[in-house]
Amino acid sequence: MDLGQFILMRHELLLTVAALAILVAEIFTSEKNKSKLINFALVLFALVTFIGFIPGETGNLFGGSFQSSQLTVFMKNVLNLAVLIVFLQAEGWLRKPENADKISEYFILTLSTLIGMNFMVSAGDFLIFYIGLETATIPIAGLAAFDKYKSESAEAGIKLILSSALSSGILLFGLSMIYGATGSIYFADIATKVAPNALIALGFVFFVSGMGFKISLVPFHFWTADVYEGAPINVTSYLSVVSKGAAAFIFTIVLFTVFKNIVELWKPMIYTLAIATMTIGNLFAMRQNNIKRFLAFSSIAQAGFILLGILGAGELGMTAIVYFVLVYVFTNLGAFGVVAAIHNASGVETISGYNGLYQTNPKLSWLMTISLFSLAGIPPIAGFFGKFFLFTAAAGSGYYILVLIAVLNATISLYYYLLVIKAIFIEKNEQPIPEFRSSNSMRIALVMCITGVLVTGFASGVFEYIRSISKLFLN
Amino acid sequence: MNILTLLVLIPVLTMVVVLFTKDYKGARLASAIGMGIELIATVYLVLAYLAARKTGMMHEMLFTSDFMWYPSLNIHFAFGVDGIAVAMIGLTSIVIFAGIFASWELQFLTKEFFVSLILLVTAVYGFFISLDLFTMFLFYELALIPMYLLIGLWGTGPKEKSAMKLTLMLMAGSALIMVGILGLYYNSAPGGGPLTFNIIEISKISIPVAAQRFFFPFAFVGFGILGALFPFHTWSPDGHASAPTAVSMLHAGVLMKLGGYGCFRVAMFLMPQAAQEMAWIFIILTTISVVYGAFSAIWQTDLKFINAYSSVSHCGLVIFALLMMNETAMDGAILQMISHGLMTALFFALIGMIYGRTHTRDIRQMGGLMKVIPFLAVVYMIAGFASLGLPGLSGFVAEMTVFVGSFQHQDMFHRVVTVIVASSIVITAVYILKVVGVLLLGPLKDQHHADLEDAKWYEKLSTVTLVLAVAAIGIAPLWLSDTIVASLKPIVARLAMVIPF
Repeated sequence: MDLGQFILMRHELLLTVAALAILVAEIFTSEKNKSKLINFALVLFALVTFIGFIPGETGNLFGGSFQSSQLTVFMKNVLNLAVLIVFLQAEGWLRKPENADKISEYFILTLSTLIGMNFMVSAGDFLIFYIGLETATIPIAGLAAFDKYKSESAEAGIKLILSSALSSGILLFGLSMIYGATGSIYFADIATKVAPNALIALGFVFFVSGMGFKISLVPFHFWTADVYEGAPINVTSYLSVVSKGAAAFIFTIVLFTVFKNIVELWKPMIYTLAIATMTIGNLFAMRQNNIKRFLAFSSIAQAGFILLGILGAGELGMTAIVYFVLVYVFTNLGAFGVVAAIHNASGVETISGYNGLYQTNPKLSWLMTISLFSLAGIPPIAGFFGKFFLFTAAAGSGYYILVLIAVLNATISLYYYLLVIKAIFIEKNEQPIPEFRSSNSMRIALVMCITGVLVTGFASGVFEYIRSISKLFLN
Repeated sequence: MNILTLLVLIPVLTMVVVLFTKDYKGARLASAIGMGIELIATVYLVLAYLAARKTGMMHEMLFTSDFMWYPSLNIHFAFGVDGIAVAMIGLTSIVIFAGIFASWELQFLTKEFFVSLILLVTAVYGFFISLDLFTMFLFYELALIPMYLLIGLWGTGPKEKSAMKLTLMLMAGSALIMVGILGLYYNSAPGGGPLTFNIIEISKISIPVAAQRFFFPFAFVGFGILGALFPFHTWSPDGHASAPTAVSMLHAGVLMKLGGYGCFRVAMFLMPQAAQEMAWIFIILTTISVVYGAFSAIWQTDLKFINAYSSVSHCGLVIFALLMMNETAMDGAILQMISHGLMTALFFALIGMIYGRTHTRDIRQMGGLMKVIPFLAVVYMIAGFASLGLPGLSGFVAEMTVFVGSFQHQDMFHRVVTVIVASSIVITAVYILKVVGVLLLGPLKDQHHADLEDAKWYEKLSTVTLVLAVAAIGIAPLWLSDTIVASLKPIVARLAMVIPF
């Protein structure tokens, strides 16, 4: 085997090198200079992200266990970009004295999960897929429990590890049945052998349930709100954007490639899950006052929209999902960034605490408003295009009623997003959050988000590019 | 550069300029200049359009331009106008110009106010010039959103509740429209070939009848919600009553017309069979709209509510006339859109001005205002007369055309509903004359009102612009009517191709 082929794994290898470099750098950093590690890690990771965008070869490794295509490379780049924004947003928080001794841990844990996600996206068999999934999940529990002296944070960690252990078990159980029925763990083999019989159906149900936990689809979403609330805000944003985005990618890939011959079996399931996820997520989001719980439920509802793209099977569905996740990265990280900035400056994390924010921090208010409008799918912001293409994909398969339910759900979601906007702009407050200036890296992150949100929709080239690579991938 | 691109570009640039102004004086001046230029551009468009038609340009749409946007989905930026769109653009330019001057004294977050207002109007222009369903829908939704902040921040009364209700109901309407549009898209190539969002292209083929039956109600009701179709009109009175003056003007005057315009341009024009089949349902609903709106207006005591319900009634008449589906009635419908747009904007402007002086909108607390503010009072009377259909003003031309057109139908059903709807004129007269009598005539009711100031220059400018437009249509309706009829021909022809059931 030619060692040069390892260039196909450049994303994974680069991340591993970066994680190790940070680990080594910590050894050689004195106690006083620990905070310099942050700069080092940021620069290093920015470099890794940049290198990832350089086009390179694609192909298979290890007899098809590891598959690299333009689409998977693009997915990895989206994840990298999201993590870069998360890191930039976390900078101010990491510089706080209570985190001084855990800086490298934060980066290493996050990068480990990212490596897992990258392997997951590139998986060509269920073994790599499962290893990637576990690598992507277990370190997150450590991250969720990052504020170890806060009981909520510790609780979040333990909840996450328990529920993901359970879901992994269920998932494995399902995979074992599929292996039993088809005699293979390779995606390509299973795709040809899979047939709509009882064993496959049962295995598939377990598989979807396991993935349902990861993407937090209703009714597998119970861990989400508590974990999101308890975890530090930058971990929450990571969970809600990167982790969920990666799970959505791999879920789509597996459904579109491995299980494409039993479409009739899984479409009704996804249909039901989509309606339940959108509706329940929305109904719960309405009643939240804690902004993190609020965003948690709103992200559950957003996951429901992603399922619409899965129903629009084929190239357009795939394109719509990847595009939506890309937009979702900018949008949701924009919202989380504002929440994190406010939390860092004033400790406020309730919606009613945002009352009158516009009087003191108009720029931040507009950022939040644009992000929320994008989440609600209001034109001409990127979120509108993301949703529109998902709906177009679903309508292309004839699911008009589902599209109607989804758009009505988008309207409901507008209601609670408007509640936040109302708090910011309209509600009176004697003592609004005082004016503050967030750190430079946070500003850079927010500018990246807002640029993405404003530009992605108009620049149709992004969509067309994703469409062309999705076409290549699926054929 | 294409004049239509310019129409969207001017407001966008105005917004940018307003953002960089220092205080409220700068903001309002920049807005006024921007919208003044827009008005001039509109006049130029109207003249250019008429000239082009005179030289014998027979295309359905003129000044078209087409940019590919999303090639793989065949989404374009496709622009173009026919006589109807030109008329609607004219209406928009007049109302926004008057609206800027009607909010001349606004000093709370002025910059944000004008930016939101102009954003709204940008979306309206974009909507009227769009030939592509995707961009049309994009502009449609964009027009709904600034409304929340405009009402919520600068409104009066239960503004937050009204703003939320209005936004959510209209967004629910756009949910229906979206399903309708996607349905049209996926049925736009029944014989194979690329799917399209382009209205003109879709109008050249016929969508399968089964699909029409399924998607027509979505598109029609979706747009109908914005056109205050009964029973989905409930956002309108609350919203209009709580909105600040300029927003009420623009919303009742222009935005509600987006609903009517969409109803025929998208729903009826593209799905004629279903339109013929289902017209009776919506005719009944609009009949209720017209009569119910008028009756509700009688019992209201708040000036804004009176006008809001009267808008429900008049906008109901628009959709009613559209559903009659003959040339005369549809011509009347468009005329009614414009006439009502101007009248209602005038009303809301006047109500805002009166409220700014008396600090009440309750007609029971006012009286004899003719003596103290003669200018505003006279203009109010003119608006009232236009609204109840006095010959010589725009309302008469529009309503007359509508009733003549709808009475052309020979069958019992159409005759009966026409008679019922025509009776609303009497009810309209009741509430208009009642308000005029109580509010303006008689002795001065509240002595505090004795030393009110009459209209200032900007208020005069605002109202006179609208009055002139109302009178112009009333006195010389034919040039407008002819332009509209010429553009209606292909639409009516398409609707008439199908034999009524």
